[in-house]
Amino acid sequence: MPFRPGMSFRIEQRREMFRGLLYLSPVLAVAMTVLTGFVLFAAMGHDPVLALYHFGISPLLSLYGVSELLVKAAPLIMIGVGLAVGFRANVWNIGAEGQLTCGAIAAGVVALAFWEQEGVWVLPLMCLAGAFGGMAYAAIPAFLKTRFDVNEILTSLMLTYVATLFLGTLVYGPLKDPAGFNFPQSRMFTESALLPIVLAGTRLHFGAIIALMIAVAVWVLMTFTIIGFQIRVLGQAPAAARYAGFHRKRLIWTCLLMSGGFAGLAGTFEIAGPIGQLIPSITPGYGFTAIIVAFLGRLHPLGIVLSGLVVALSYIGGENAQVEVGLPQAVTGVFQGLLLFFLLASDFLVRYRIRLVGAVAG
Amino acid sequence: MSNGAAGARHGLGPRLQVRALTKRFPGVLANDGVDFAVAPGEIHALLGENGAGKSTLVRMIYGVLHPDEGEIRWDGRVVRIEDPRAARRLGIGMVFQHFSLFEAMSVLENVALGMDDPGGMAALARRVSEVSASYGLALDPSRGVHTLSVGERQRIEIVRCLLQNPKLLIMDEPTSVLTPQEVERLFETLRKLAREGCSILYISHKLEEIKVLCDRATILRDGRVVAECNPATETKGSLARLMIGAELKTAKRRAGHDPGVDQGSVRLAVEGLDLAAEEIHGVNLKNISFSVRAGELFGIAGVAGNGQKELELALSGERRAKVAEAVRIDGHKAGHLNTRARRHLGLGCVPEGRRGHGAVPAMSLVENVILSGYDRMKLLSSIFIKDGEARRFAKRVVETFDVRAPGTGVSAGSLSGGNLQKFIVGREILQSPGVLIVSQPTWGVDAGAAAAIHQAMADLAADGAAVVIISQDLDELLQITDRLAVIGLGVLSAPLVTSQVSVEKIGLLMGGVHGTAPGSDRSSGSDRHAV
Repeated sequence: MPFRPGMSFRIEQRREMFRGLLYLSPVLAVAMTVLTGFVLFAAMGHDPVLALYHFGISPLLSLYGVSELLVKAAPLIMIGVGLAVGFRANVWNIGAEGQLTCGAIAAGVVALAFWEQEGVWVLPLMCLAGAFGGMAYAAIPAFLKTRFDVNEILTSLMLTYVATLFLGTLVYGPLKDPAGFNFPQSRMFTESALLPIVLAGTRLHFGAIIALMIAVAVWVLMTFTIIGFQIRVLGQAPAAARYAGFHRKRLIWTCLLMSGGFAGLAGTFEIAGPIGQLIPSITPGYGFTAIIVAFLGRLHPLGIVLSGLVVALSYIGGENAQVEVGLPQAVTGVFQGLLLFFLLASDFLVRYRIRLVGAVAG
Repeated sequence: MSNGAAGARHGLGPRLQVRALTKRFPGVLANDGVDFAVAPGEIHALLGENGAGKSTLVRMIYGVLHPDEGEIRWDGRVVRIEDPRAARRLGIGMVFQHFSLFEAMSVLENVALGMDDPGGMAALARRVSEVSASYGLALDPSRGVHTLSVGERQRIEIVRCLLQNPKLLIMDEPTSVLTPQEVERLFETLRKLAREGCSILYISHKLEEIKVLCDRATILRDGRVVAECNPATETKGSLARLMIGAELKTAKRRAGHDPGVDQGSVRLAVEGLDLAAEEIHGVNLKNISFSVRAGELFGIAGVAGNGQKELELALSGERRAKVAEAVRIDGHKAGHLNTRARRHLGLGCVPEGRRGHGAVPAMSLVENVILSGYDRMKLLSSIFIKDGEARRFAKRVVETFDVRAPGTGVSAGSLSGGNLQKFIVGREILQSPGVLIVSQPTWGVDAGAAAAIHQAMADLAADGAAVVIISQDLDELLQITDRLAVIGLGVLSAPLVTSQVSVEKIGLLMGGVHGTAPGSDRSSGSDRHAV
């Protein structure tokens, strides 16, 4: 039907929804993102094929590139898996970035407290402290939500900026390296506070393996246990959860503590792995990007492993394209944004359709 | 054609005529070549079970849906009804089953919001008063909607239609929320309207009121017109046969059951139960007391929104009482316990809401049996779900209760209302509860499924359980319960022996007249079923 004056668009729910399409829509979103990137690069005056090659393919052609991909994917997967558990329960933790930072601070304090001390127990202690730091920071929105019904989206997001500034305060102040020429950074961690490298000659650390183990463990939890069942019921039908006798508040606490804990652990791995010290900026937005990862992976722990790898490519691809073709670094953010946009759009269009309706008579 | 139009003007031809109307939805033929006509001043019934296609048909007449085939004639002229506004312009008004009113606004504001051209508020207020006075629809235009009863809310919708001087008024299941007295008053209004020449299309599945009210009836089954008749000359049985295509079954109490002799022990005792409403416009429960014995079916009647929802939650454990003694299950204090702990004591519950409360629509039937059966049916081993056990239990529910589903892996939301209710009732009954709370057991359920559900509850009682049925359908309660009480504004009347009670008496109680109920001077009736 051609568009005529007086006609309007109407959004209608599709009567028959093909559930399979919900799994196809991430693939569609990635394809649309690449296509838009093609147009975008061409419009910027670059050879789009070459730019896309350096963005999406050439980083994967070397062992080092692949190892870097895994280094970036590890925190995304770990955080994304934790967030997805909460999203399943309609608990919207948007502040993983802050929980990551808090976990890193707690682990960093442990590392610095035992600086130059030998001991296999230092690293496990850091992991415990990091996870606990993330959990403690997520406990604030959990408490406010369960006690006063405060929206966790707002509290968790706003607390992120508090955490970042607190980290700054520490590395500019009490944790500053005494021999660091006044640079805002802590001492470099010593051997027993650093993660073992899995692949010699790369930065690939043990955290990547832990991330994979966490994804599998959470998959088991969500699929085969009553806890996962309770979380899913709470998200889909809160009244049914109460009818079943599930404790809403306890589940909200579980979701926030779990996602906060994984984010804190991811922060620990960052400072004990690729970074090796506390600096003012320890994350290129992993905590926020993990939200995209969670949705791209359909909130399924194993799907998140895949989507974590795809999104990690946008980080190293952005860097690579910057070096090889001279693209601005903002390309990474643009691609992540496009990806989320297309994902939400295709999810929406699977459920609804847009229909052109005729002018109302009279 | 010109003859027909002239005839219509003189009130001879039909006002509305529908020819070969067909509407398809993916996988369903909702209306299949429907023909019928309504004369001026006629009260015409559309009778059929849930899912027979009544709603689809009237939605096409009111312009909400558009027919795939066929034509609609209005005063003899073929019309295309593009949307409800076009329908209203022709003179068609509709009162929906679910009202669209804003709680926080006044009656007048609500009337104005639903009109295409409300005009000035002062003039509108005058017209509202005029119309409500002349049709006996008492309404104060300045009152807030949240202070009104459901019957009064319905009057707002009717007045809103009448202000547009309709020539055809469509009423969709209007009496499901009214007391018997309110129903009588509504019928008087409708008869007066009909005498003045307004046609009325009256949708219902209640046979008695169609017999009393309607001049003619068109009966739909599976989207087709199966008969047209004069309901006054039919019997309820013959109408039911036409409607469901089979004999109407009524629940048989198992042989040997005699409520006069049966002296089971008290299984559920509620004493002095108070509960503040959760929502602003909710109802507070005040000093509710009753007890139900083994083998007994106990009914709770009342107009919607008088505390039924709150009572259901208080009995199931979704909301807890302040004192543990307020609810006792088999003598155990349970008022302070949540649903899980009460299930341990043998309580089962079928909530009023099926989709999203008694079942999770997007989850499979297997997952939905875990929802309430995880404890009592031992479906867990530590924190792990025993998938095989859950599957077996789901299969047993589906088979025992004749749930029409292609398998236990399908989502609960894909089941029809009647099948889903059979599934939920079956899930609860197969856990062998000592006390079963059922809220609106047959609401929106077809007659066949309703009969099966009634039978299952009767059998459960015969096996020694106490069954509480909260229902707005008075006929249902009169038919199957041993005793019943009426809830009004959160207060429960003294229990009455069902076989000795009159509809008028219950109607008065439903209207909020409490105190000297016939059962109260026989309050020892709670421990003796005199017949």
